[in-house]
Amino acid sequence: MLVHSRGARWAVWLLFLVLFLPLFALPLLVVLGASFATNWSGVLPSGFTTGHYATATRGEALQALTTSLLTAVAASVLALVVGTWAALAAAALKKSHRRVMDALFVLPVAVPSVVVGLAILVAFSEPPFLLNGTRWIVILAHTVLVTAFAHQSVSAALSRLDPAYEQAAASLGARPAYVLWRVRLPLLLPSLTAAAGLCFALSMGELSATMMLYPPDWTPLPVLIYAATDRGSLFAGSALAVVLMTATLLALYAVSRIRTRASYR
Amino acid sequence: MKGDIPFRGIRFDSVTVAYDGNVVLDSLDLTVEPGEVMALLGPSGSGKTTALRAVAGFVRPASGRVFLGGRDVTDLPPYRRGIGMVVQQYALFPHMRVEENVAFGLKAQKVPRGEIRGRVAEALEMTGMAAYGRRYPRELSGGQQQRVAIARALAIRPGVLLLDEPLSALDARLRSGMLAELARLHRELPEVSILYVTHDQVEALTLADRIAVMDRARLRACGTPRELYRAPANEFTASFVGGANLLPVTVGEQGVRFGERRLEVSGPVPEEAAVLCVRPHLVGLGDGPNRISGTVREIQWRGATHRLYVEVDGHRVIADLRELKEPPAHGDEVTLHFSPDDAVLLTAGARHD
Repeated sequence: MLVHSRGARWAVWLLFLVLFLPLFALPLLVVLGASFATNWSGVLPSGFTTGHYATATRGEALQALTTSLLTAVAASVLALVVGTWAALAAAALKKSHRRVMDALFVLPVAVPSVVVGLAILVAFSEPPFLLNGTRWIVILAHTVLVTAFAHQSVSAALSRLDPAYEQAAASLGARPAYVLWRVRLPLLLPSLTAAAGLCFALSMGELSATMMLYPPDWTPLPVLIYAATDRGSLFAGSALAVVLMTATLLALYAVSRIRTRASYR
Repeated sequence: MKGDIPFRGIRFDSVTVAYDGNVVLDSLDLTVEPGEVMALLGPSGSGKTTALRAVAGFVRPASGRVFLGGRDVTDLPPYRRGIGMVVQQYALFPHMRVEENVAFGLKAQKVPRGEIRGRVAEALEMTGMAAYGRRYPRELSGGQQQRVAIARALAIRPGVLLLDEPLSALDARLRSGMLAELARLHRELPEVSILYVTHDQVEALTLADRIAVMDRARLRACGTPRELYRAPANEFTASFVGGANLLPVTVGEQGVRFGERRLEVSGPVPEEAAVLCVRPHLVGLGDGPNRISGTVREIQWRGATHRLYVEVDGHRVIADLRELKEPPAHGDEVTLHFSPDDAVLLTAGARHD
């Protein structure tokens, strides 16, 4: 927004801070503060300790972090492949058919994730698709939940892609598969990495469907945080939350590095 | 780049293209001889780009056939047609260097690796872009990108080159430079047939061996630039190729009459009502044969010439005159004339169908 007068600019900044700080920044700062505390009865936390982090980075917690990272990577990769494939296929369809496809892929977002979790639990608890009790049911649920975002961002990018590129490639004698691999996918790379980052972040934080599905040997970190706060260990839970947050942000930063290298224009 | 380019012409056999029942190209019959430059000239929406896209394979004719070098390609996908194509917005692949762009078609067609280097260098050499192989398209100017796009199309040694308004994204000075460049390329590659789509009559007159004039999905006229310019077949061609004064005249026993004036016209005279076509630069000021007089309504000084808009009996006559020492003023009565050789009579009623 372009604001010219000095006073108005101050007012805009003030409004931004009033809205942004309490809503977005303060809660995160509180978690950070609590993770180093043993007690919080006054205005500020007290009883500084790094003990929560000592437990949050080894043993069960470390196991849970690895589980979360593996689940998120697997779910994002699967979602990206399925979502991109579907978006590419939909781009070749007629407009009315494409709308049906889009609606189908948005469904897991429109439906509450608890319902998605329950549906997957019911569907995969009996042979021939007996996945209940394995890690695959968690990965499957996460994939279903995040594919919508991958599909949406790739199909938006596809509709912005100038058809002149693929036509130029075709006139030069390139078969459709070659055009896809050497022209269309490279041009879509910035949106693909953005979609990957989004899927990863969503999967890292997923709790409600996971709660219904996770087997004892595949406990993602959000479940552990929920369990800790549920039994009243708020400060230990905060440390776990900070670990989750840091891991997610680091992964997103890495993805954004790839992305800046991938955007040519 | 000699020897192995097949001589290939293009033939449209009553090609009709429709989008959702909307006819955008109406039974086009046209033959481009091997090695010929054919310009498709027309305003936007005339169907000229659709015709080109039908050759490239990006639109499917509702009826009719397209032939390349005697082979029916109507049902072939674009990548099996072996055509070179350059479009207005260049469509260079932004993620590839210039040399990778030029090599793209060769790699896609699995040309042996050893041969690719030489052919890329050759194509870049031809278009004067040899020094820019390592650059990315975004690091080049519009004119340079255009040269790379041409090099990329020529690298696959197509028998047919399709150019879709290749110069319209360039500014006027670059455009005339590129026009000379294209003419040189065609002299160096005389065996390549070129289909050149443009709305600019100067480009068509300069470059083409023949011009096909299109309007409203139909072919209106086809001939050499000289034929179309000197003896246009209809009013649309006359006004679109080169600009023209079109005056309604009657043909009777006393000869050709414009209002009360009798005019001398050499050449064939149609039976009855007709339209007289005379080019603005062939109209002279002052007394002479075929004199007509009227009022100056507008005068434009264009440096080397003066353009006069003169109203004669409610009709506008444009005269392009060598720069005048003492130009007439707005509202003056002036006399104009033109030589009987310079006027052409067109049958009336051929107006836009």
